[in-house]
Amino acid sequence: MEELSAAIAVFDSGVRLSVPLLFACLAGLWSERSGVVDIGLEGKLLAAAFAAAAAAHATGSAWTGLGAGVLASLGFALVHGFAAIAQRGNQIVSGVAVNMLAAGLTALVGNAWYGQGGRTPALEGAARFEPITLPGAEAARGIPALGPLYADVLSGHTVLVYAAVLATLLTAATLKRTRFGLRIRAVGENPAAVDTAGVSVPALRYAAVLIAGVLCGFGGAYLSLAQAAGFLPQMTAGKGFIALAALIFAKWRAWPALGACFLFGLLDAISIRLQGVSMPGIGLVPVQAIQALPYALTVVLLAGFIGRAIPPRASGLPYVKER
Amino acid sequence: MTSNVSPVSLDRATPPLAIELVGIDKRFGDVHANKGVDLTVRKGSIHGIVGENGAGKSTLMSILYGFYEADRGEIRVGGVARRIRSPGEAIAAGIGMVHQHFMLVEPLSVIDNVMLGAEGGPRLAAGARQVRARLAQLAADYGLALDPDAIVGDLPVGLQQRVEIVKALVRGADVLVLDEPTAVLTPDEADGLFRLLRILADEGKTVILITHKLREIMAITDRVSVMRRGEMVATLDTAATSPAQLAELMVGRRVLLRVEKAPAAPGPVVLAAENVVVRDARGTARVDGVSLTIRAGEIVGIAGIAGNGQSELLEALAGMRPLAGGTVALEGRALSPAERDPAALRRRGLLHVPEDRMRTGLVPAFEACESAMLGFQDERRYGAGALLDRGAIVSDALERMEAYDVRPRAPLLKTSKFSGGNQQKIVLAREIERGPKVLLVGQPTRGVDIGAIEFIHRRLVALRDQGVGVLLVSVELEEIMALADRILVMCGGRITGERLPGETDERDLGLLMAGVAERAA
Repeated sequence: MEELSAAIAVFDSGVRLSVPLLFACLAGLWSERSGVVDIGLEGKLLAAAFAAAAAAHATGSAWTGLGAGVLASLGFALVHGFAAIAQRGNQIVSGVAVNMLAAGLTALVGNAWYGQGGRTPALEGAARFEPITLPGAEAARGIPALGPLYADVLSGHTVLVYAAVLATLLTAATLKRTRFGLRIRAVGENPAAVDTAGVSVPALRYAAVLIAGVLCGFGGAYLSLAQAAGFLPQMTAGKGFIALAALIFAKWRAWPALGACFLFGLLDAISIRLQGVSMPGIGLVPVQAIQALPYALTVVLLAGFIGRAIPPRASGLPYVKER
Repeated sequence: MTSNVSPVSLDRATPPLAIELVGIDKRFGDVHANKGVDLTVRKGSIHGIVGENGAGKSTLMSILYGFYEADRGEIRVGGVARRIRSPGEAIAAGIGMVHQHFMLVEPLSVIDNVMLGAEGGPRLAAGARQVRARLAQLAADYGLALDPDAIVGDLPVGLQQRVEIVKALVRGADVLVLDEPTAVLTPDEADGLFRLLRILADEGKTVILITHKLREIMAITDRVSVMRRGEMVATLDTAATSPAQLAELMVGRRVLLRVEKAPAAPGPVVLAAENVVVRDARGTARVDGVSLTIRAGEIVGIAGIAGNGQSELLEALAGMRPLAGGTVALEGRALSPAERDPAALRRRGLLHVPEDRMRTGLVPAFEACESAMLGFQDERRYGAGALLDRGAIVSDALERMEAYDVRPRAPLLKTSKFSGGNQQKIVLAREIERGPKVLLVGQPTRGVDIGAIEFIHRRLVALRDQGVGVLLVSVELEEIMALADRILVMCGGRITGERLPGETDERDLGLLMAGVAERAA
């Protein structure tokens, strides 16, 4: 019974840890399916986390914080879009610039405003997103196995967790079933085909990059308003890059992206759980080794356990009309 | 009433016009691509446009399709002046285009490709039902059968082209522009396309066919316009012209369409391949057990549709790809893997004019004189050590530019600034002047204009007459027929037949190229 509750706690924590990954991963999915490589997910998450925390602190409203996070992320997305789409610049360079700019700006502005080494003041009450209890969670707790699973793993998260699942659903359905989705899928594979069909390539790519901005805004706001109670410098800790790995792992598809992000979140949760635990036959495992686990697995998985992952063909290539 | 000649009856006297281009002018930087071009195309006709590469045909059609906007000039569609600033506006004006490089999204299905840009609403399901019905109707009307759910990338090129044509028709195109449509087709597929175009024209659609193959112009078009250096030089009824006249109009001087050559006098075998197998990165056999011999003083031609292993075979023989099986022998001695190093092979007299000159033949960003000695930079005449002898490089390049009539004679000009034909001459000169025993040549006249083609063909024949063994890989059947002393046909990585040029024709070779005629061999 104790193992079960421990497992449930790890799963619960895995869900929480996978949410920012999932938002970032879906953002990358939109961007790359349209043909714009986005290595700046990390920077957008960070900028959104800071803006969300600052706005929530100023107004005392988590929803205002979310809005500010989305706006900040959109701003960075526009910068990347302008460089990559309008100016046909190198998308990797532009993405790296977004990351560096976000890391520097959040630290600088945070220190200037609050003087707490880059942190924002701790948030409480309505300035944070509170967990929601799904209907019947308490009543279901008594049912063996399934009850705690529902009450502790599925229920009891903030609204942003459920928003992430909804975003996955919307992404999958939009790409598959709508005109806009068809055009996005096409423009990431062969922009010339879209252009000759009389549809604007830049408009589609801007739309996709802005959707990515909104999603990163949600991911960043989740970090500082739901997972933590305020902004910490470098609090994204490479999540934007792990999200890119998850995106490849999921082969640029929405539901597999949810699966991949949950797997990475779960690994993270396990590594936290295993810290300080004595393993049979090994003894006490060094904390660093356990913390490296998700990253080591990323390398192993990406090195060939997922089969061929073929990116959208035009991904990363600026579109220039040929004569 | 009856005594008056009304404008209506005048219209009956001259056929109605589908497209009129008036004084179209377009510059790209220094290049004056279209110089005040006029063109009229009659409704319900098949109108050919011929010209050398760079004559401005594609630019003109791109302007008609709204891909570019003309600097000056007017476009009239069905007698009405229209401004066409985007492909969307061209589609709205009833103009459809089938590009030389298909504008298809390969991982998507046929129906998704046909719908793209004309989905009929924000949700796909409703539009898909309509397009499905249209596809069935087109299949019934014109015999354009297609499986709507097939993935386009899995279809053979002939069917991919059909998807492009269907795309245009579904959007209600009355004028269909086809840019070099037969470049990727077998002769049989090309005949099928021509039959279809004739049916479309008979139904009242107008077809504009851009090509550089005069045979096609003669076979299918009603009228033909000739472009040269950005100008429209003539528009003629096809029945009243001849290939020789068209070639002369295209080039501006008389051209020999046939290569004159004496019978070959083959000597000993200089290059022999035995059961050669080449695999690609995925492990698929691209060349699957090919054996061939090349004798001194003969041209062996390899015909085949692009992508049937000819390129891989050529690269394997040149030492650029490892062999997964089989052996290659140069002058009777089997080569070890170490000896198959491309540089070592070149030193032993096996030289190579690669198929893709922009990627493997030259460095476009280098000066012409540097491109003209690539691969030989370690030789003593160019310095042989750490420092290059610039003087020798430039004077050698200039000498060869004279001998091969490369224009402009500017060794210091960037390679990419030369035209395709002149770039090809730079590569040819580099390899031929090294004194090959065996010369491997891939697509020597791809993207090369008629005047340069004539020169290159004469040069290859002269080389053969000097006793060099030449292996010629080309997707241009006419080129193979004109030059080769022996013809091998490849399909699916295998040699499907060997023919002597006097004992075969395009139909026979076409069947071998399609891999259907081994039993007839």
